[in-house]
Amino acid sequence: MSEHHHKETFVTKYIFSQDHKMISKQFLITGIIMGVIGVLMSMLFRLQIAWPDHSFSIVEAFLGSHQTDGIMDPDMYLALVTIHGTIMVFFVLTAGLSGTFSNLLIPLQIGARDMASGFMNMISYWMFFISSVIMVVSLFVEAGPASAGWTIYPPLSALPQAIPGSGMGMTLWLVSMAIFVASSLIGSLNYIVTILNLRTKGMKMTRLPLTMWAFFITAIIGVVSFPVLLSAALLLIFDRSFGTSFYLSDIFISGEVLHYQGGSPVLFEHLFWFLGHPEVYIVLLPALGITSEVIATNSRKPIFGYRAMIGSIMAIAFLSTIVWGHHMFISGMNPFLGSVFTFTTLLIAIPSAVKAFNLITTLWKGNLQMNPAMLFSIGLVSTFISGGLTGIVLGDSALDINVHDTYFVVAHFHLVMGVSAIYGMFAGVYHWFPKMYGKMMDKTLGYWHFWITAIAAYGVFFPMHFIGLAGLPRRYYSNTAFPLFDDLSNVNIVITLFAILGGASQVIFLVNFFMSIFRGKEAVQNPWKSTTLEWTTPVEGIHGNWPGKTPTVQRWAYDYSKPGYDVDFVPQDVPLKEGEEES
Amino acid sequence: MLALFYIFIAVAVALGIWQVNKLTSYGKVILKNDKNEEVAAIAKLDENPIATEKDNDLHGKLFLIFLIGFYILMGYCLFFLNDIMLPESASIEGENDDNLFLITFVMIGVVQFITQGLLFFFSYKYRGINNRKALFYADSHKLELIWTTIPTIVLTVLIGYGLYTWNDVMDLSDAENPIVIEVYAQQFNWQARYAGADNTLGRGNVRNIKGINTIGIDMTDVNAADDIPVRELHLPKGRKIVFKFRSQDVLHSAYMPHFRAQMNCVPGMVTEFGFTPKFTTEEMRVQSETVRKVDGINKIRKEKGEDPYIFDYLLLCNKICGASHYNMQMKIIVEEEADFYSWLKQQQTITEVIK
Repeated sequence: MSEHHHKETFVTKYIFSQDHKMISKQFLITGIIMGVIGVLMSMLFRLQIAWPDHSFSIVEAFLGSHQTDGIMDPDMYLALVTIHGTIMVFFVLTAGLSGTFSNLLIPLQIGARDMASGFMNMISYWMFFISSVIMVVSLFVEAGPASAGWTIYPPLSALPQAIPGSGMGMTLWLVSMAIFVASSLIGSLNYIVTILNLRTKGMKMTRLPLTMWAFFITAIIGVVSFPVLLSAALLLIFDRSFGTSFYLSDIFISGEVLHYQGGSPVLFEHLFWFLGHPEVYIVLLPALGITSEVIATNSRKPIFGYRAMIGSIMAIAFLSTIVWGHHMFISGMNPFLGSVFTFTTLLIAIPSAVKAFNLITTLWKGNLQMNPAMLFSIGLVSTFISGGLTGIVLGDSALDINVHDTYFVVAHFHLVMGVSAIYGMFAGVYHWFPKMYGKMMDKTLGYWHFWITAIAAYGVFFPMHFIGLAGLPRRYYSNTAFPLFDDLSNVNIVITLFAILGGASQVIFLVNFFMSIFRGKEAVQNPWKSTTLEWTTPVEGIHGNWPGKTPTVQRWAYDYSKPGYDVDFVPQDVPLKEGEEES
Repeated sequence: MLALFYIFIAVAVALGIWQVNKLTSYGKVILKNDKNEEVAAIAKLDENPIATEKDNDLHGKLFLIFLIGFYILMGYCLFFLNDIMLPESASIEGENDDNLFLITFVMIGVVQFITQGLLFFFSYKYRGINNRKALFYADSHKLELIWTTIPTIVLTVLIGYGLYTWNDVMDLSDAENPIVIEVYAQQFNWQARYAGADNTLGRGNVRNIKGINTIGIDMTDVNAADDIPVRELHLPKGRKIVFKFRSQDVLHSAYMPHFRAQMNCVPGMVTEFGFTPKFTTEEMRVQSETVRKVDGINKIRKEKGEDPYIFDYLLLCNKICGASHYNMQMKIIVEEEADFYSWLKQQQTITEVIK
């Protein structure tokens, strides 16, 4: 379209770009950088867990004044687990995943020329960028970064007397997260408006690919729950800086009674988890959406139970906002509430099970093309099931009493939302790399990357359940104070070895990714023989996406191997034959 | 084991070298004719970036191998890691918990076994072959009904049993003549207070902390006079204990894994938990599962040249609370009721302590 044809400078093209494809790449690269930081941190604290008394020069090199003779300080250990959690959950798996693929795919898959507001989209990225910078800067504060756990429960997060990281480090954490929430809200509103209003001719809601449904519902959950985190953070800022008592009461610390009276940390827990739990689905649903798309394409089969999948996404989204209390069974809240939250929590297993079964059935009698994206998608279904099933233990209040805050929880959520979502992100990158850069990623490196990652992920998180069942609490700097846990030390060493293997194997991905941008093989227009609209755009990715008119959608997104056609896929813009029924 | 770590580093370095090697092969290759003239420059990237039939075959088979490996891992964790598990519940209320856990674990184990099997077996069985067309199979209401209904029924059973157990554990209103004990948390240690002869705890608030009154007992409260502050927790076997938890600074969590008991200690509020000890410490030490676990631990300790470990019940902190969170513990001793009372009699009441 000529109206989109205007001259661009380096700055408007690569930095303050309003083109959704460029913004998505900016999100991805920033997310990858944050991911490298987050994973490196986990390597450091895994070393500490496996060999608590051993001196490591790598620790000395990285932690500077926060270590003595190559052994990290307890405060720094807590800071590392805190920032690792924050970075991975918010910066990598929320902004890095949703930000990248919502931006890239929403206009392309619904047949729009760009997002509803390119300017807001640009603002969303730059606020994310600023919040990333602040979070990274907080690592270099003299007293150390925030170290009260990624859940930042007060009073620990409110009182610098309780832990040094709750001084300047915590302030920066809160500021960074406040900006992050604003970025996420602007992005989510943009996604919702775009999907509702800018669909091309013929693109009914019931013809949207499942990725679109997943991103759409994710954006809605984000808009509903992120503001609550913002208010929780603001009230915490008030308590910390202006002497209010929203979360604090009756505190005696460092030899003196503080003035706080009448607040309750339980209030913070409610507000935090009102975002915190939906956040799990904000992370997971886009990954499941990407997987659905990749599995259908590479199985050469329609996704099984398209409508049931949409129903499940909606049910999960609705239930996700009324289950937050399962993080608080033993917080001191009324046991009756515990019963209610047990009920709602176990209900959420039903739509999750439907999704898993439908994805498995999609493989059945397919003609599976084992591209790297497909391997990661199959891996996702596996870790989603493994991690989801242990959720039945944790969601049951009576059982949660004994495994709450142990390594069982750590293993559970890493599998179900950490590894699964990362697999979804990798699947997305391998699958849509040709759309982002016009090049293909290297297949062999992709295979190595998957298999090493898959072995390492289970090697780390499967045995971890069992040390949790043995009663080992999470966030312990060292387990040597308890002879009771001496027999777990060997398991911890094995876990650390697998963690290092898994961390190191990500180098393969980084090499592949950056090499392919510059030297990858040129992509063809529709390399995976996919039906969705993004593959009808030119390879070079032009402003406005389609050179002429936007395509008219004639059918749903999953006409793979449809009887009556010679080819095994029929793109969405191909009209129905006479007498052909739309599925 | 540390040697293994260095081997890993070596493998990682080897991997890195292989990567760099791979990078260099991306460059252009210049072909020359016999007169030594350059005739063509081609990128050495003639490899097809999309999965071929050969790739499908290889990775389909690898998925099958992965499945077998995964089953072995599951079996190993279930059977061989059994030795490191906690021994059976040392509280009567915990028995229901253990049963519920067993039922849940068997159920999720079966589902895990079947679904992972199907997933990876399908990945192997239906690996792509050129010119084969997949089955166009988009929907089946019958199947979907089946896998909506079955989880619903199973979960209903689990929810029912779970809620029954939860209410049983959390409802302390029907406890007859319980022993009331306050557990008091601060960075980074535990204290406790027995309610004394009147079995009622005196009020406590951090604003009363002064000198030797380290847990802020309100001495103007008549119920407080006979309260007994202690640093070691003794419990009588077979009596219902009701714990009242307080914290003076940040959140802590009183975790007593052997009793299947845990409750957060929240500044500004009193939380509760109750259970009835089933075995004394002595009985627990000779219980077969405990013996097996302790033997395992002592084998490791002996290798390191450390003193042998003798089993004791413990109270641990299980909510991140600061630098020494990892070392915030209190010993619990369960004994026969008579021994318990003779121990309690020897302890000073708060009135005696302050005087």
